[in-house]
Amino acid sequence: MKKLRLLQALGTLLLAVVAMPALAILNIFATVPEWGALAEELGGDQVKVYTATTALQDPHRIEARPSLVARARGADLLISTGAELEVGWLPLVQQQSGNPRIQAGEPGSFEAAQYVVVLEKPTRLDRADGDVHPAGNPHIQTDARNIARVAAPLAQRLSELDPANATYYRQRYASFAARWRAALAHWEQRAAPLRGVPIVVHHKAFPYLEAWLGLKQIATLEPKPGAEPTAAHLTAVLASLRQQPAKMVIRAPYQSDRASHWIAERAGINAVVLPFTVGGNENVKDLFALFDDTLQRLLRAAQ
Amino acid sequence: MRTPIFTAALAVLGFALPVQAASDTDLAQIRTQLKQMQETYEQRIAALEERLLEAEKSANRVESAAQRPAASDTAPVATATARSANAFNPAIYAVLQGAYSWQSQNPDHYVINGFVPSGDLFPGKRGFSLAESELGFSATVFDKLYANLILALAPDNEVEVEEAYAVFMGLAGGVTPKFGRFLSSVGYLNDQHQHSWDFYDAPLPYQAFFGGQFRSDGMQLKWVAPSDTFIELGAEVGDGASFPGNDRRNSNGIGSFALYAHLGGDVGVSHSWRAGASYLGLKPKDREYLQIDNSGLDSLLGFSGRSQLAIADFVWKYAPNGNPQETHFKLQGEYFWRKESGDLTYDLDGALALTSSGNYSSRQRGWYLQGVYQFMPQWRVGLRYDQLNPGRVDYESNAIFLDSSGFAPKRYAAMIDYTMSEYGRFRLQFQQAKVRPEIDDNQVFLQYILTMGAHGAHKY
Repeated sequence: MKKLRLLQALGTLLLAVVAMPALAILNIFATVPEWGALAEELGGDQVKVYTATTALQDPHRIEARPSLVARARGADLLISTGAELEVGWLPLVQQQSGNPRIQAGEPGSFEAAQYVVVLEKPTRLDRADGDVHPAGNPHIQTDARNIARVAAPLAQRLSELDPANATYYRQRYASFAARWRAALAHWEQRAAPLRGVPIVVHHKAFPYLEAWLGLKQIATLEPKPGAEPTAAHLTAVLASLRQQPAKMVIRAPYQSDRASHWIAERAGINAVVLPFTVGGNENVKDLFALFDDTLQRLLRAAQ
Repeated sequence: MRTPIFTAALAVLGFALPVQAASDTDLAQIRTQLKQMQETYEQRIAALEERLLEAEKSANRVESAAQRPAASDTAPVATATARSANAFNPAIYAVLQGAYSWQSQNPDHYVINGFVPSGDLFPGKRGFSLAESELGFSATVFDKLYANLILALAPDNEVEVEEAYAVFMGLAGGVTPKFGRFLSSVGYLNDQHQHSWDFYDAPLPYQAFFGGQFRSDGMQLKWVAPSDTFIELGAEVGDGASFPGNDRRNSNGIGSFALYAHLGGDVGVSHSWRAGASYLGLKPKDREYLQIDNSGLDSLLGFSGRSQLAIADFVWKYAPNGNPQETHFKLQGEYFWRKESGDLTYDLDGALALTSSGNYSSRQRGWYLQGVYQFMPQWRVGLRYDQLNPGRVDYESNAIFLDSSGFAPKRYAAMIDYTMSEYGRFRLQFQQAKVRPEIDDNQVFLQYILTMGAHGAHKY
């Protein structure tokens, strides 16, 4: 009898635990800050966003740390860039998490690059060319139009995963889309003087920004994508800049400043650190600030 | 939008019709007809639009499916055309390793004094040599089931199945089952492939207690707890054929059993860590090895009984702002305890003329500590100290033939390596091995590790 009662009590407890009202908050694991920020814009207080990397980290070179596995374990939605940006760590995190919701192909796995036109798809695949991405250049967030292209399907995905709040997500998306449209018109107008401005980049991280604003990339400091700048290559870049001057040399915050400063000093041009993503400098607290700040820095350097 | 235009068009049409016989009823009829026509067209257009949307969606699906990497660690580099027969080919990679080694002592006489020989061949032969080459195939077999085959091609032209397992990915609730032959997840270094090690060879406790690495043919179950701190619990059962077990059990039962827990997390953005505790139990039967007895003769010993290991491990990594590109530091250490108890058969030179069986028990320990520092992009230096503690070996009735020494084997290693990219690394390692009493074995290794093809991410 006693045993039975104990069992009953245990059963009730188990039931109580299982039947606990599922918290309505959607747990989101964003690989990079831009998608974390976008998820917050669209999800508002109905989502809890964990961002796996900061603007000071190279999203190519992240380790599948235990903390990432732990966070991925509880995620309802994984937002990644895709196009193999996170290929060095995310598949391992997904596998080790044992979380069925966020595996590739599941509704809880959202890849932003699927919704934009990916540039620089290599026609030749050879590691002699450095760290080439067969799927094309994954740094899609530097074109503000791509943010809008990703926002619509992301809002849709939030509604699918959390239908109870579908109206809420739709409203937030509508508000975000309207504000983004207005901001985009403003940015494009402001950026008019940047059209055709020649630039040097550290890593080929900005083709989308260049395509959007009409900047003209004439050299890269990395001899090959992902390879460290070498003295010989920098000398060659410097020589080419004497023939064809650039206005500035740009890089992301996680890239070393040595090569940029070396070139900037000798070629007499500006070395510019663009925020690259949300959190790229202390002013960039959200996606709107990201492009405000990017434009401000580019315009100042182009004068 | 559509409706007004449509109505307008129909209205124009309607006005263009001859209207001479337009009575009220006619008008009403015409109106209904028009309305019907309008409705039909609306429906048709809606249907068409729906089909268009469907078509667009499925086109997107096809496109996104094509973009998605085959659920492997890395996407295969070659893009297969969808219709060809090899479109389902697994991702393939190969690791080439080799070395030039200089050793002051003859490696043929390499033994770790006072420890049961584990069959480990290190430090390898003198001069130029190939080390183990690795050939890996991986692909999704079925929804959620992912298979991996890794062959080790030994320099003496032998092929060994290093790992051949299938793993369920994201099955449910943080549970990841695995089955087949796999490197056990006990300790820290054990389930990492040789090519991702930070030194040329395995630390002494791995050599002495596992013969390199412990693998088993069996099943593994891991569970990650739903918490912000990483908590992973794991259990394994296997055949127990890998050292310190052996494959003579001829039993339907389980030959090895492992349990472990791993904890991990970040401290700020710059620090991360993982710590673990593991237990491994095996039942070797007639595990034979040669040992020199008290009269200086080679004798054959056979052990049957229980072998139990406990391992405590930790790793701590530091990278400024979590960005390892410029500099980073990694400190790792593991401590092993092994207890063996059972029967030991002493057989002088295998001639069966003099055999003696008796109880046997041993308690031995070993540990290592290593640090690796990347001081500038692509260049790393590392130091390692590893040591074994002979502990207590009790031969009981065989003690008249056999003796246990109090000698503690140890080594000092220093390395520097250059990483071309994640696919290529060259390493130079200096090592002094004091694994036999009064003999210093000075060793120099110049090693290369090259990866071809679609190689997956390395474990933390």
